[in-house]
Amino acid sequence: MQVTVEIYRQDAETGASRFDTFIREVDPKDRVLDVMMEIKDQDDGSIAFRKSCGHGVCGSDAMMINGINRLACQTLIQDLKGSLIRIEPLKGLKVLRDLIVDMDPFLASLQKVTPYFIPKTTAPVREQKQSIAERQIFDDTTKCIMCGACTSSCPSYWSNGEYLGPATFVKAHRFIFDSRDGGDAERIEALDDRDGLWRCHSIFNCTDACPRDIKITQAISELKRYIVARR
Amino acid sequence: MILHTLFEQCLKHEVRFFNEFYVLDMMVDDTACHGVVAYELATGEVQVFQAKAVFFGTGGYGRVFSITSNAHALTGDGMAMAFRRGLPLEDMEFVQFHPTGLRKLGILVSEAARGEGGILRNREDLDNIGSGKDGFMAAVAPTVKDLAPRDMVSRAIYNEIQAGRGIEGSGDTGSDYVYLDLVHLGADVINTKLPDISHFARKYLAVEPITEPIPVQPTAHYAMGGLPTDLDGRVLRDSKNTPVNGLYAAGEVACVSVHGANRLGTNSLVDIVVFGRRAGRDMTRYLKTAELGHIDPEPDAFIRGEIDRLQKGGGQENVATLRIEMQKVMMSRSGVYRNEENLTIARNTILELRERYRQVGVGDQSPYYNTELVEAIELGFLLDVAWTIAESALQRTESRGAHSRVDYPDRDDENWLKHTFITMAGENEVRFDFKPVSITKFQPKPRVY
Repeated sequence: MQVTVEIYRQDAETGASRFDTFIREVDPKDRVLDVMMEIKDQDDGSIAFRKSCGHGVCGSDAMMINGINRLACQTLIQDLKGSLIRIEPLKGLKVLRDLIVDMDPFLASLQKVTPYFIPKTTAPVREQKQSIAERQIFDDTTKCIMCGACTSSCPSYWSNGEYLGPATFVKAHRFIFDSRDGGDAERIEALDDRDGLWRCHSIFNCTDACPRDIKITQAISELKRYIVARR
Repeated sequence: MILHTLFEQCLKHEVRFFNEFYVLDMMVDDTACHGVVAYELATGEVQVFQAKAVFFGTGGYGRVFSITSNAHALTGDGMAMAFRRGLPLEDMEFVQFHPTGLRKLGILVSEAARGEGGILRNREDLDNIGSGKDGFMAAVAPTVKDLAPRDMVSRAIYNEIQAGRGIEGSGDTGSDYVYLDLVHLGADVINTKLPDISHFARKYLAVEPITEPIPVQPTAHYAMGGLPTDLDGRVLRDSKNTPVNGLYAAGEVACVSVHGANRLGTNSLVDIVVFGRRAGRDMTRYLKTAELGHIDPEPDAFIRGEIDRLQKGGGQENVATLRIEMQKVMMSRSGVYRNEENLTIARNTILELRERYRQVGVGDQSPYYNTELVEAIELGFLLDVAWTIAESALQRTESRGAHSRVDYPDRDDENWLKHTFITMAGENEVRFDFKPVSITKFQPKPRVY
């Protein structure tokens, strides 16, 4: 089938932007990333975008495809239900060039919730066991690949870059509900704040955008309830 | 999970990251490594990092082949850099092809699928889909059947395809495929025990594994060879175990070698978890007394020259054209099955492509986020690594583990119970040295299943 691919371009120095249009013959089962790489190889090598693993594990090719944040490597042409493919950078993060956005604020937000395991006691000499049931409580949020699709789909984040954003809550959830972790106090200080959990209005954009199908809005509600119950 | 845990622990310990800096060269002399030269993607600047010690965790080179489970970033950079600086690479002929990559895409369908009872089927076996009856592997490995080692299953799939029993019946191992049948396992097992695999099949092939078999073909998966290291991750400069002071490697880039000629499933974790740790420990010990060494006045001259040539040299060769030619010739002639004729063609083609690489031109002149330039540089690394694979495979006139020579089908312990060390000896010349294999508990024996 023939598709029209419109790719957002932005000059790194001047910030001038435009859409470049490419007409391609594709298989409906081709992936958007493959089509983009073919365009880069054959038509215009200067199109800048990130990619690495090519199968939804590394999270580096999150972008807005036909208005929805998704991974280019996980999106088949037939998923788009039409012959027009419009590819834009993630919203709410500064565009550095074409489809490449500045991920530094995203990573800085993550740092605010102490995003690493804090043992309850002094460092254990043996492994700390956990039951299947205990693991299930936070299993969903361990699946995050930090692609940024959720945070950059959130209207609350668009309007206020100080807001921690859904990806940071997912990381906090992963540790707060881990039976072996004892770092609640530090994390809750950042979460229980007007730029923390309470700026979430349960819009569900993040849940829809997540390429790992993490129930992000649910995880955020669990965090809110946990914090209220502790008061 | 391991990757994210490592990242989190790095944040905890305030490790400073240089994100999107591409290491393109290493500074190494007759005694030690003194740092690296890197290209900063954001600015286009070439930066020199002088260091007392350097650790390479740069991964493998799956992108040498047209079908691979590896990330686009796995272009053999670390190995090629060392090779260009005169260091040897060990056992480059041993490349593992995993039998079950998703058709065309190479994305890995892990052993878990056959571990749970998945069965490989050819075109004569289509009526048995969903029955749970034996497939073609029962004749190849009567006791373990579909759970035979990766190299054997990959060869068995190629045999089926070459005999016209692939699903298309074309006989072409480049495009034909077989089926991985999970249907008889039922929805529960498939959804709860094989969530990633079923997700991949649904997402990428629009195949529903509960009701349909999954099209698979062997995919380049893992490099057994790489930078020779000792048990503390110290990179060795020769077959006599002389370390390069201050240079460490672990993971797929390194060859310890715990895997010998053929890695077992999950043992890549040994490379990262055990030897990564050992290398780190030895590095801290080394750093206590190490001092900054002497470096050239212009350690970045070579890389600056390369970038200049690629961007401003007016070369007419296209990166993608060369890359695709390399991947095809390596997959078809230096892949699952090999022989002298094919390997000679592969080697000669790679040498020609290396020649043509001198004429590659990059259109993008911007210094900012110039991914076209990075891909051109990566192609240079890939071609050098491909060269070492083809040369090493050509000289090993036996079959051992993942290295399968049709013209030398047997293992030959008398002549070949040794590791290959390949070193660059000239623009188009290599030199070989060998190191005895250290055997402890397990004596080599015929693999019969």
